[in-house]
Amino acid sequence: MTAPAQTKPRVLIAKPGLDGHDRGAKVVARALRDGGCEVIYTGIRQTPEMIAEAALQEDVDVVGLSILSGAHLELFPRVVEELKKRDLDDVLLFCGGIIPDEDTAELEKLGFKAIFRPGTDTRDIVKFVYDNASKS
Amino acid sequence: MEDIVERFLAGNRRALARVISRIENETPEGREYLRQLYPHSGRAHTIGVTGSAGAGKSTLTGALAAEYRRHGKTVGIVAVDPSSPFTQGAILGDRIRMQDLALDEGVFVRSMAGRGALGGLAPSINDVVAAVDAFGFDYIIIETVGAGQDEVEIAGTAMTTVLVNNPGTGDDIQAMKAGILEIADVLVVNKADHPGADTLASQLQGLLNLSPKDMRRPPIVKTVSTRGEGMQELAAAIAEHREYLDEHGLLQQQREKNARHQVLSAARAILLQRIQAATPDEQLDGLVQRVASRDLDPHTAAEELANVVSG
Repeated sequence: MTAPAQTKPRVLIAKPGLDGHDRGAKVVARALRDGGCEVIYTGIRQTPEMIAEAALQEDVDVVGLSILSGAHLELFPRVVEELKKRDLDDVLLFCGGIIPDEDTAELEKLGFKAIFRPGTDTRDIVKFVYDNASKS
Repeated sequence: MEDIVERFLAGNRRALARVISRIENETPEGREYLRQLYPHSGRAHTIGVTGSAGAGKSTLTGALAAEYRRHGKTVGIVAVDPSSPFTQGAILGDRIRMQDLALDEGVFVRSMAGRGALGGLAPSINDVVAAVDAFGFDYIIIETVGAGQDEVEIAGTAMTTVLVNNPGTGDDIQAMKAGILEIADVLVVNKADHPGADTLASQLQGLLNLSPKDMRRPPIVKTVSTRGEGMQELAAAIAEHREYLDEHGLLQQQREKNARHQVLSAARAILLQRIQAATPDEQLDGLVQRVASRDLDPHTAAEELANVVSG
């Protein structure tokens, strides 16, 4: 009976681009905290490079992107590219915010395993993270 | 395993990030990495930044790191935020104040959750700092959780402890109390553009003047971290403290003290693990019941447990 090492998910919640509304990102960060995750929150106006570099330095298992500006199809591919550049292709990706249904397929192709839109129960987000984050 | 240590020593930042996680999670690989990397550590000047929540520790840490970068020095930052006592979850938000360093290759920022450790740091802080040190940074800045009056562990981890104060946070009796003020090697009055900064600085000076004559009196530096003001003076005060440590042979003394503390606390953890491994759950449960019902006192119960390994 030894003390169990902490194996709870380490999650980066990031807001790429220029929209300044981070209420949603904060709600998700808080829900994950209450779910027992260690959540790194980096604030608004992050470039794709900043997000990928934070993911690398913090050695996160999960990256969640929040966006309300409509620029997701511009910015998300660049975040994915910057993550790949740093060999971070094993990180679990999800996103949320104002994202039209017709963009779902393209985001899934990019590697996003879930899209959480307004009205989502935060417990579903916590469950998704625990079910899918592989602690390597 | 060799591979990740090799990549670490070749300067691969992802290897550093991964090694820190393994060490932080106290995995067997983490122990092995630390064993291999420890001889490479001990070269950086480690600086602790402490002070109450909202004092400006993260902003000051970022501004100080930027000052070192202007002189071409590399900086590792380890920033601790508290874990929830109920869910063990944490929000690690110190990076928000360090955006200017986000893409600087000469800086590495790692957030750590306190994971229930007392004293303003995290259980594996010394091991993590040793790993960051082994990577070869010139300076390592360790930012504590928001500290009140008694979180003094940082003084054992860092060579130079910087205490960040703000105007308008209590009278000089607060500052006279024992505890955190005693461990400061450099005192900062941050938010020095706010009213009351000069009053606070002179109150602090007045208190320092009461210290015994043969004691080193920490310098007081006024800063406005959000604008980077006072960072040259702060870096100079830190350098001056380092010289003081070197001149008086105090660094070696501090290292030995810290090493002793670390060895003993690691030994304590190992013994506890052995005791727990050797104790059937029923035996422990039985003792717990007897203590809870006041049939037995905790120390006698502990003796009984400890006898399992010593006898």
